[in-house]
Amino acid sequence: MTIDRRMFLRATSAVAVAGAASALLAACGSDSSPSDGVAAADPSAAASAAEAGGELLVWAWDNTIEPCAQAFMDKYPNVKVTVTNVGTSADQYTSLQNAISAGKGGPDVAQVEYYALQQFSISESLADLTQFGAADYEGTFTEGPWSSVHTGEGVYGLPLDSGPMAMFYNEEVFNELGVDVPTTWEEYLEAARMIHQADPSKYIANDTGDAGSTLSGLWQAGARPYTVDGTNVTIDFTGAEAEKYSELQTTLIKEGLLAPISGWTDEWFQALGDGTIATLVTGAWMPGNFTSSVPNASGKWRVAAQPRWDADTPAGAENGGSSLAVMAASDKQALAYSFVEFCSAQEGIQIRIDGGAFPSTTAELDSEDFLGKEFEYFGGQKANEILSQAAKDVLPGWTYLPFQVYANSIFNDHVGKAYTTNGATTIAEGLAAWQEACITYGNQQGFTVS
Amino acid sequence: MSKKTTPAVAHRGYNVENPRKSRLLTLVMGLMLIYTYLPLLWLFISSTKTQGDLFSTFGLWFGHDFALWDNIRETLTYNDGQFVRWFLNTLMYVILGAGGSVLLSVLAGYGLAKFDFPGKNAVFAIVIGAVAVPGTALAVPTFLMFAKLGLTNTPWSVIIPSLISPFGLYLMWQFTRDAVPTELLEAARIDGASEFRTFRQVALPLLGPGIVTVALFAIVATWNNYFLPLIMLKDASWYPLTIGLNAWNAQAATAGGQAIFNLVITASLLTIIPLIAAFLSLQRFWQAGLASGGVKE
Repeated sequence: MTIDRRMFLRATSAVAVAGAASALLAACGSDSSPSDGVAAADPSAAASAAEAGGELLVWAWDNTIEPCAQAFMDKYPNVKVTVTNVGTSADQYTSLQNAISAGKGGPDVAQVEYYALQQFSISESLADLTQFGAADYEGTFTEGPWSSVHTGEGVYGLPLDSGPMAMFYNEEVFNELGVDVPTTWEEYLEAARMIHQADPSKYIANDTGDAGSTLSGLWQAGARPYTVDGTNVTIDFTGAEAEKYSELQTTLIKEGLLAPISGWTDEWFQALGDGTIATLVTGAWMPGNFTSSVPNASGKWRVAAQPRWDADTPAGAENGGSSLAVMAASDKQALAYSFVEFCSAQEGIQIRIDGGAFPSTTAELDSEDFLGKEFEYFGGQKANEILSQAAKDVLPGWTYLPFQVYANSIFNDHVGKAYTTNGATTIAEGLAAWQEACITYGNQQGFTVS
Repeated sequence: MSKKTTPAVAHRGYNVENPRKSRLLTLVMGLMLIYTYLPLLWLFISSTKTQGDLFSTFGLWFGHDFALWDNIRETLTYNDGQFVRWFLNTLMYVILGAGGSVLLSVLAGYGLAKFDFPGKNAVFAIVIGAVAVPGTALAVPTFLMFAKLGLTNTPWSVIIPSLISPFGLYLMWQFTRDAVPTELLEAARIDGASEFRTFRQVALPLLGPGIVTVALFAIVATWNNYFLPLIMLKDASWYPLTIGLNAWNAQAATAGGQAIFNLVITASLLTIIPLIAAFLSLQRFWQAGLASGGVKE
């Protein structure tokens, strides 16, 4: 365990940033000054709570949280942490929402992805962690994840990992068919045509419509479809940046250059293994999945930067990534926070990296050990050099909707048409329909959406 | 799967009264048989493959390695023997839930079939109505009720709803009416047997086939129950097999997740073995149960 502990050597007497006294005070995400109940944050409360001990219930599906819990209990013998996997992503959010509605049966700590964090923080279901000194972690995490856990002045979770986008490609397929690895989206389209022409059973990528990938693609293109200011929300998928992205996708669909395979299915894992899918543009957490789920393609894949719109301007986006949040309904918030801190910013970081997670802490992303790691799966490539750079290239200023979980669940009802009609309905038309549906829903939910 | 139970098997298996054969029907039946058995065959063949072979070899033939024993061993030990725990949970839900529901069905069915009391027609109407309501429709109201009672996330939240089986009750009721002659009960009463003893020693032995039929329905329903435990249980240590296997299957679909499709498939095979065993061993009774009342004796 060689943790760079530089960032933990902050004096605990750091001047605390004023935060809302409790999660019950609705600052509601406006970026005006914090509400009346100003209290000094107390970073020591969490540590003393951990010493005192107690029982914690954690809901998480990430398989590295369990070993973190074990280490936490070893460190604080009076604490008992139970980690329960109640389902992945949207399944867990449904359970979480049920527990919040029922007023009981929920956890103390929950794993919440960045895209869903707004939805839970704006409904005041999460504790504002600034009261425990979370604001002191400014600079500890990379820009993307750190801005994702903020709503206004409040911090509603600590980043667990991040997913800066990169392009994973099957080098064997590219060499076999004599195609160059694309660095721009223009070259990517060319490569897509060449691959499918040379071997009709192969495709550059798969897609059947995926909200997360689409939003990440728009993010990288420079589009900012969502703005959130308190309860005022705007949704806008028009504009030059969104259009160039939509056009590219529509072209790929129209020319039949995308494999009609949905992500995360067994068919998908199979296609990643046998060369049917030649590239995968996704988050930096993917190497772990490659290693465990596509073992037979070991040595064939490599990592490259995500293709760009402009060859000279690095631009990246995040895809996926989670935080750990403390529930407002928990009566052990200080203890819960100490566990969150442990996983996100202390010993847990290394435990999770060893488990294959991609960190969101700047110290680890720059450490020699991390950058120099040779991935056997990628033929000995030092993949983290590329992934770490991708984390630095993430474009700032992206915001998710305060009802993104719902929005994503209806994505395929609208944008999916583009895939089922082979591009007769364009991606732009699909996005416009999705935009309308989200505006209608948002207004029903009490937001002011335009 | 019809087996002739007559000991003296004729040298041709055809019925004496109907010796004609139809090639077309035989062919259609053969196709049906293949259609029914193919998934089972696929399941068995797939459970002999490693995770790698599952994706790289032909689905209906064996892979490079015969990994069945490894798969079974890994299934039983994965996550500290989680599968075994789920198996025992399912067994518990079946014994308590299905067992209780059979008991209630038999008692109530007997009562309704052999006693007259005011309001019997109303009960009949309610039971028939209840048969028409699918269990899934009741799952959410049941969840809300149990949440108020503080019973969610406990085994009781799965066992208690399983106890109620309108269909089983209806089946037992009809079966009792036909299988237990009222004269027998009257004879027993005249001999001075108590009501309960009459039920136990006179009626119950006659109800065997019906009980087995209802039990099989209840066992299968509880064994395959999915939606109810899905919304009731959050703690993996109380999962039945259905929910557990789904959790294993979903495990692949997340960052840092591990795909264990080979274990999911092997575990599915292990999961259906007890059901197949139950059907084969209870088949005789079960056929008699279904056919009862079909012929006037």
